Amino acid sequence: MKEIILIKNGELALKGLNRSTFEDILIKNIRKRIKPLGEFEYRKEQSTVAVVPMEDYIDMDEVSDRISRVFGIAAYSRALQVEKDMDVILKNAPEYLAEQLKNAKTFKVEGKRSDKKFPLKSPEISAEVGGAILSAFPHLRVDVKNPEILVTIEIREKFAFIRGNQTKGAGGMPTGTAGKSSILISGGIDSPVAAYMMAKRGLVLNAIHFASPPYTSPQSEEKVHNLLRQVSRYSGNITLFTVGFTEIQEEIRDKCPEDLFTLIMRRFMMRIAQRIAEKEESKALITGESLGQVASQTLNALACTDAVVSMPVFRPLIGLDKEEIIKVSRRIDTFDISIEPYEDCCTVFTPKHPKTKPQISVLENAEKALDVEALINRAIENTTIKNICF
Amino acid sequence: MVYLDNSATTKPCEKAVQKAFIMMTENFGNPSSLHFCGFNAKKELDSARRTLSDFLSCQQNEVFFTPSGTIANNTAILGTAKAKRREGKKVITTLLEHPSVIKHFEILSEQGFEVVYLKPDCNGKISLQELSNAVDEDTILVSVMAVNNEVGSIQDISKIKGIIKDNKSKAYFHCDAVQAFGKIILKPKKLGIDLMSMSAHKIHGIKGAGALYVNNSIRILPSIVGGGQESGLISGTEAMPAICAFAEAVNDIGSVEKNLAEVTKVRDYFVNKISTLPKVYLNSPQDALPYIINISVEGVPSQVMLNSLSSMGICVSAGSACAKGHRSDVLTAMGVTPKGIDSAIRISLSKTTTENEMDLLYNGIVDTINRVRR
Repeated sequence: MKEIILIKNGELALKGLNRSTFEDILIKNIRKRIKPLGEFEYRKEQSTVAVVPMEDYIDMDEVSDRISRVFGIAAYSRALQVEKDMDVILKNAPEYLAEQLKNAKTFKVEGKRSDKKFPLKSPEISAEVGGAILSAFPHLRVDVKNPEILVTIEIREKFAFIRGNQTKGAGGMPTGTAGKSSILISGGIDSPVAAYMMAKRGLVLNAIHFASPPYTSPQSEEKVHNLLRQVSRYSGNITLFTVGFTEIQEEIRDKCPEDLFTLIMRRFMMRIAQRIAEKEESKALITGESLGQVASQTLNALACTDAVVSMPVFRPLIGLDKEEIIKVSRRIDTFDISIEPYEDCCTVFTPKHPKTKPQISVLENAEKALDVEALINRAIENTTIKNICF
Repeated sequence: MVYLDNSATTKPCEKAVQKAFIMMTENFGNPSSLHFCGFNAKKELDSARRTLSDFLSCQQNEVFFTPSGTIANNTAILGTAKAKRREGKKVITTLLEHPSVIKHFEILSEQGFEVVYLKPDCNGKISLQELSNAVDEDTILVSVMAVNNEVGSIQDISKIKGIIKDNKSKAYFHCDAVQAFGKIILKPKKLGIDLMSMSAHKIHGIKGAGALYVNNSIRILPSIVGGGQESGLISGTEAMPAICAFAEAVNDIGSVEKNLAEVTKVRDYFVNKISTLPKVYLNSPQDALPYIINISVEGVPSQVMLNSLSSMGICVSAGSACAKGHRSDVLTAMGVTPKGIDSAIRISLSKTTTENEMDLLYNGIVDTINRVRR
């Protein structure tokens, strides 16, 4: 008798012949995340995956917390795996589910017998277990239409499973089923959320951060590491490219009109990000921009930054309000890190009156004062690589 | 490395490190144990206490070791409030204090005490007249730091007990001497200090030890209870390596006055040099403790200056302002402009700082100005 976790795949059921591959990737992702906690066995059964701990010391609370962050899982439930013996089931079902049942008013038992040799039929299993629960918790009422707690008793080939309500999973698609993209990460609230949202659709991430020492501190780079570490709990490992950006910022400051500073800087970031992405076989860029949030995120401004790249640019936050973004960042535990007060390269040299309706031609003209190609090459040479894993 | 952040912490002196090492490898007993191993440790603890009491010109039983300056401050303030809560409901402190003091006064305020915060003037000093106006018979505690950690201003500590007595108050006088200890001559009994906090790692000891002087004639109650160490005032097994290293560091101070004269020379040398730079201002008052130099370099945000110097191997501290937008109360009260506060840095010297090191700092500042300022 031991506690296991039953995982219900998300949209995988829809994906026809690819399903098996997707399922394998999902299991690989789960394995990576929970391997440090002990040895597990994985069993694929119909559209569920059973995660079975092979050692007694394994803390199933931590296992289920980690599994709750793995993309591609629609729902999961903790279940008690017991012998296929009705006495054992009747004794253990009320005990195992006591926490849930104690605080509920209504319940229902669903017996599922896939092993047809089991002496009791599904409805008989339901009735007997229902009786046992009622005598243990006399305050409960049976409600077959809309129960607060749905108790499921499954009789399978080797074991029987007792489980209560399912927990909603992280949703989305298993990481690695949608290819690779590069997130431009600053250290603010938005970019980690954008990274999370795109990872949710199955993308493997690498990240590009622009550092401008001495204007930015080593602490702000550390902050980016910490943010990505949080995101990696969902997305899996992230390769971070930290680009030395000081020279470019100083050149723009010295040679271009002040009100264009941010936009020209953004254009450099996009160009550099695309070069790094191409080398890494990333197929798209991701940013945390939200329409109109700041001067560089107006429609005109976004058109100006997009003009320098040819890859698709994903902006999953484009239609979200700050409040909505913050809500997600709190949920994925990046908010508290994001608000640590270290300067990032977007906030140094900020012009007093940035242009909100820039024209591409004006920017292109201003950039003529710079040796764009040489600056980009030097910045890319001045890049460090770090692997971020949870 | 040019280390000029000695108000944050200092490099432990050789003797302190060696002593700590011996206390970890050979003499590692618990001073409360009754076997020889414990007894040997106990002898070292007594000896360390003697060193402190000699240095402070006080009795051995007036010196209590603590794990840090913060715990010394907390013990003094909370201990007084507990012991004297029936005698009065007023407590007085200043806006210059370290968070380990200020935050405790905030707690006292929540507990129903009337708290008076004295404001510093443009020289970073509180007015003794204002203090005198505030002290009354209901006052149970006056807490004034000896030297401010941001700008180095020195308070007129010797006058305070007299003011308390003149106003017919039985208040205890607590002095946070963490920045002052070992740098100016401080004999608490002579100065009329009832409670005085000190920290080892600010005077080339190691982290993990501090001390609280408690005058024999007063009584405070413990807030950390347990095995009854330090006469029951601060329970917890004594951090012997840090405590014994503390005593070694005290022995290693040498002449306080000679050190002060040396550091003053180095400070003056540097201050003269930067006075020629445009838009660089000295925030520390003229008569401040020379170990602390607070300056503003307009046009270069504190954090940028700090990062830039750090990349050259020079350690200083941001003046005070935290980037969250809260500006230093001390600098604000001293009349430093917001621009000045945002570009303030604190340079803190040790007795071993040389003019050559200050030259390197000067060059670093000039290079940073040329790069950043527009």
